[in-house]
Amino acid sequence: MSAPLLEVEGLSTTIGAARVVDGVRLELARGETFALLGESGCGKSMTALSLMRLLPPAGRIEAGAVRLDGVDLLRLSEAEMRRVRGARLAMIFQEPQTSLNPVMRIGAQIAEAVRLHAGAAAAVDARVLELLRAVGIPDPERRAREYPHQLSGGMKQRVMIAMALAGDPELLIADEPTTALDVTIQAQVLGLLKTLQQQSGLAVLLITHDLGVVAETAERLAVMYAGEIVETATTAAFFAAPAHPYSRMLLESLPTADKRGARLAAIPGRVPPLDRAFTGCRFVERCPRALARCVEQLPPWHEAGAGHWVRCHLWDADLVDTATVAEPAVAEGEQVPVGEDAAPLLEVADLKVHFPIHRGVLRRVVGQVRAVDGVSLRLRPGRTLALVGESGCGKTTAGKALLQLIAPTAGSIRYQGHELAGLSHRRMRRFRKDLQIIFQDPHASMNPRMLVGDVIGEGLQALGLARTRPERLRRAAELLELVGMPGAAVERYPHEFSGGQRQRICIARALAVDPRVIVCDEPTSALDVSVQAQILNLLKDLQARLGLSYLFITHDLSVVAYLAHEVAVMYLGRVVEQGRVEEVLERPRHPYTRALLSAVPVADPRAERRTLRLEGDMPSPSAPPPGCHFHPRCPEARPECALAYPEGRAVSATHRVHCILVEAEG
Amino acid sequence: MRLAVVVLLIWIGAALCAPWLVEAPNRVELKTLLAGPMPGAPLGTDALGRPVHERLLIGARVSLLVGFGVVAFAAALGTLLGLAAGLLGGWVDRLVVRMIDLFLAFPGILLAIALAGLLGPGVDNLVIALGMVGWVGYARLARAQALTLAEREHVLAARALGCGTWRILWRHLLPLALAPLLVEATFGIAAAIVAEAGLSFLGLGIQPPDASWGSMLRDGVSYLLVAPHLVIAPGVALFAVTLAVNLLGDWLRDRLDVRARSQGVM
Repeated sequence: MSAPLLEVEGLSTTIGAARVVDGVRLELARGETFALLGESGCGKSMTALSLMRLLPPAGRIEAGAVRLDGVDLLRLSEAEMRRVRGARLAMIFQEPQTSLNPVMRIGAQIAEAVRLHAGAAAAVDARVLELLRAVGIPDPERRAREYPHQLSGGMKQRVMIAMALAGDPELLIADEPTTALDVTIQAQVLGLLKTLQQQSGLAVLLITHDLGVVAETAERLAVMYAGEIVETATTAAFFAAPAHPYSRMLLESLPTADKRGARLAAIPGRVPPLDRAFTGCRFVERCPRALARCVEQLPPWHEAGAGHWVRCHLWDADLVDTATVAEPAVAEGEQVPVGEDAAPLLEVADLKVHFPIHRGVLRRVVGQVRAVDGVSLRLRPGRTLALVGESGCGKTTAGKALLQLIAPTAGSIRYQGHELAGLSHRRMRRFRKDLQIIFQDPHASMNPRMLVGDVIGEGLQALGLARTRPERLRRAAELLELVGMPGAAVERYPHEFSGGQRQRICIARALAVDPRVIVCDEPTSALDVSVQAQILNLLKDLQARLGLSYLFITHDLSVVAYLAHEVAVMYLGRVVEQGRVEEVLERPRHPYTRALLSAVPVADPRAERRTLRLEGDMPSPSAPPPGCHFHPRCPEARPECALAYPEGRAVSATHRVHCILVEAEG
Repeated sequence: MRLAVVVLLIWIGAALCAPWLVEAPNRVELKTLLAGPMPGAPLGTDALGRPVHERLLIGARVSLLVGFGVVAFAAALGTLLGLAAGLLGGWVDRLVVRMIDLFLAFPGILLAIALAGLLGPGVDNLVIALGMVGWVGYARLARAQALTLAEREHVLAARALGCGTWRILWRHLLPLALAPLLVEATFGIAAAIVAEAGLSFLGLGIQPPDASWGSMLRDGVSYLLVAPHLVIAPGVALFAVTLAVNLLGDWLRDRLDVRARSQGVM
């Protein structure tokens, strides 16, 4: 191998008292994709910012060397460093929304980047168009004159990439480049990065928390935990046999279809605070196989295979057999065959939620955003129905309309035979006890000024189920125990808890009124993988113990495969396919479901997959395409698709698809 | 912080005890016009030979009443209307927004003059008039707060748990919307004291010969070059009180934030 393009040695960065990056060492060859993998707060973004020397004001690089082609970037003056940024080392960020200047045209923003590095003024416009074309933006002449808000998220990320490429860098640092994007768009952007790399020999440092993305794009990777790298390997070797206990647990905590009856391996505890000196392994408190020496001694690097290094005492030569001991088998949870044929608890028929668009002084209605446009669902007792779709498909609106948190425009929602649609807040109150909701963001879904005990007791008080505060607090403490938290937490404020713990509190709050149906609106998408596993386990346990029904709203198909019994796939306000989870996920019939499934990155580099890449973005729900909503993006579209919205066709007794290409059975 | 409390206590004490502390704030003494500090008048005398320190003490009563009265009235009305508009939306919101626009389009002081004229002179009517003009700012602020907060999931969660509108308003919106409103209110106290001067000048507020800080300031401006103490004395008093109220507002805001409190940031 020739000399590496980037060599990082002993890089340590502090922010205030916290040592967020500690002794990081990595090497990157030209044209290579290297992934830095880790959960939130592990220091991976800070590593990237240290390389660019773009740390926040409180941040300081304490030690180390960052050599790009042999030149130590940390020793350059700020003026020299400015010439390196963009020209040799470029970076793109997670949130394309905030990375672009909203009051500047796209073309002007890219031209700015071009001018900084090219100099020759005449060719700037041509270069801008060339860059836009290179990142696959159709009609670049028109797009260059548009403003960021006129572009979709995926388009914006492409523009960001175009700007990063303006200076012809040798290394692109991509900090969670697809985390804010939908899976089908993520597949487009990852494909684009790959193509660019093959064309220009660009090296990519990919920073991500998503094991699937790593498996699909990177050649080598490093796992970060609490500010240091704990394992580095080639992608193939890592996924075949992860060496560090943390890496293993991370992989085991991923929900997949084959883990269905079982519990997920959740990593207990949380990342230790980084403002103290470590005397032993940083993972020791959460490690199931910690030894006495793990507490006392910093683990050295051990070689676990060719080019596969791990920082763990278990790989010491004397101990090597314990390292290969398999994890204790996870307890098989018994499959409770409930509710398969029971009468539906909640029945939604042709639910519509339209938001009027007002214009002008008189606020006349000039159009409708058809967020939910005719959705029918059935939720049976003790079962989980997953509502899947990409952002903007109306799944969250449907969930809220179900609970009358948003007034539905039309349709019926029957709960045990009672019509809920159109009930006033007051008349809805008697059903509130039975129907509850858990939200995505556990930070925003609790009033920060209320004690945890009062948060949980709120429903008891509002519905008059427990009139005195001591009674409510006692009940709240019981509920906290039920969701796996100490009862003493009632005396504390929500901000004192971590994301996963807050989500537990939110679950306890929903459980307080003893509901039968819980709408779970992306309850794990703001959480790290290992914490997600804890919450999914908890939801599954609670369902088994209390016979709850879940309407599980999510964009994550692996969670669906793990948790759901039935699934409904939504596209642009309508359900395109629904059925039992094994029917829909294993034998998808609708082209959109197939594309969605194939776009999900799989955490297994050996998996042979035929990616069905969708072009373009989801159209606006205020002007859905005529006929089948999906036909403009559909790889199998025919002329007749544009004529009328396809009727539902039954593929089996439980499996219905809205597509004219599907032959109805029976 | 302690200093701010001391200043405010002195102010309130002076306002309450003024009738027993002063001898004759309105007695004209033509022998000592615009005199500097002297025995019997440590802050000098005004254009009619009246002792400035006595007028300052008696004027504290009016400024206290107007400052707190106007802000309490305006903030309560504005916050309630603003929060309700933001939370309920629909026609309630449209009505409140139109009213806010109407009040904003009309010059505030002119409206206050019209109202005060309609209600007749007197400090109580002055408070009502200034309050009717002042609520707009609080309403706008509270509505904006309610609009962003009502989107938050804890409000939806409360709704899903069966909480009524009042309960949501009181427990989930008001405590979180309070911080910017408190800051606005502390500024409002100073603005009200100054506005009172304007109205008093037109004969709509405090009636001569009675003193208020505002009217003292206004009268003093004419003699700024020959007798600056006429402006300095009430000016410093107003400055100290305003600063103290602002500091108190900041402290209160931090106290109300449970996050800052537990981290020991004061």
